[in-house]
Amino acid sequence: MSDDHVYMTLAEGHEDDARWAYGTGFEDPLHGVSSAVPDGVDRAELAALCLVLADDALVGAQRLAEWTTRAPELEEEVALANIGLDLLGQARLLYARCGQVDGTERGEDAYAYFRDADDFRNVRLAELPNGDFAFTIARLLVFASWRLAHFERLTASADPVLAAIAAKGVKELTYHRQYAAEWVVRLGDGTAESHRRMRAGLDDVAAHLGELFEAHDARTEVLAVLRQVTTAAGLPLPDVPPQTAGSGREGNHTEHLAPLLTELQSVARAHPEATW
Amino acid sequence: MVTVLTDARRIAEQVPDPELPMLTLADLGVLRDVTVAADGTVVAALTPTYSGCPAMPEMRAGVAARLKDAGYERVEVRTVLDPPWTTDWITPEGRRKLAEHGIAPPGPAPRPSPGPVPLSLSATHRAVSCPRCGATDTEETSRFGATSCKALWRCRACQEPFEYVKEI
Repeated sequence: MSDDHVYMTLAEGHEDDARWAYGTGFEDPLHGVSSAVPDGVDRAELAALCLVLADDALVGAQRLAEWTTRAPELEEEVALANIGLDLLGQARLLYARCGQVDGTERGEDAYAYFRDADDFRNVRLAELPNGDFAFTIARLLVFASWRLAHFERLTASADPVLAAIAAKGVKELTYHRQYAAEWVVRLGDGTAESHRRMRAGLDDVAAHLGELFEAHDARTEVLAVLRQVTTAAGLPLPDVPPQTAGSGREGNHTEHLAPLLTELQSVARAHPEATW
Repeated sequence: MVTVLTDARRIAEQVPDPELPMLTLADLGVLRDVTVAADGTVVAALTPTYSGCPAMPEMRAGVAARLKDAGYERVEVRTVLDPPWTTDWITPEGRRKLAEHGIAPPGPAPRPSPGPVPLSLSATHRAVSCPRCGATDTEETSRFGATSCKALWRCRACQEPFEYVKEI
């Protein structure tokens, strides 16, 4: 019954809905959502905020996707890919909102595929290579906790679209944080080797907390989570350096972002006007 | 106009979900509203389950196609993001159909709480009944599954693995 229907929907032309494969150029993730911006909301500020939050999510999602075929177990590969998919969805909604309010009317693809590394504003933590599983888990715990605290505040945003994107994201990020927290406990409280690696992963991630807190001050929330989880895991609370060398929010990226974007953008740039 | 609205709503409600095709969009709770504008345009409002749900374009195309096939010339499908979807919106009928197809329906969605991160490492989760044999001696094998909305579980009584729509 319905399986046929799905195929028919894909295969048959229904006027301007005609489509036959997945790809870019299909749809606006905010299709039919009012693009109005309430009085009193600064459009440039709102656009900039949507853009940085989208960049964090897109770059983070790309790193998580790199675990596909490389994760320690199939279940964890599926988990990391699912979490990446949530972040990708958040990025798409945020880019679409940015295009509505920044005056350019650009679609999501313009932001994701046709900006260079210097134009990205994601935090450096998001772009660092995956390292081992423990580093990825440590990063996910910190990133999800930090983003969750920010999104919780944004549910009260004066912009109703951003507030709605945030309210949806809160549920997803809560889930991501729990997944990461449970792995920190398993690894920290596991073997001597897993303990050593989990500790090293948290130390490496903690070196970037200064950048995160400068971008959005969620120090209280993130440190509360780290304290709770490291205690349960039998790990020491990592030191938080007061400041880091540079901030991705100002376009100061590590050497790792450009290669990531080259891969992410290669197909879209090879066929810039293509639609599928 | 009332008849048009009733008919259009009935048609939109019957569109199957692309990823859980035993459910209609109404069963899943993602069809938020159907209205008829003054000019006769049928406006259907859909909400995504997860931010990254890849099935949204299929749902939208399915609703538009069914309504057009039924003779409605002007159809508009809108996205609504607020309030965010929750598994609590899956109807009793939808829950029954899930179980009938071997998928355990979700429990009540968790309320947001600012407290500590729940750290449940062992199989001490709430009892989820096996959709095949009804036993409650079940355990989670993976919190993530083939789609964003499902987890993998196993029944320790009948040994069968099953999917579980996780509450959100």
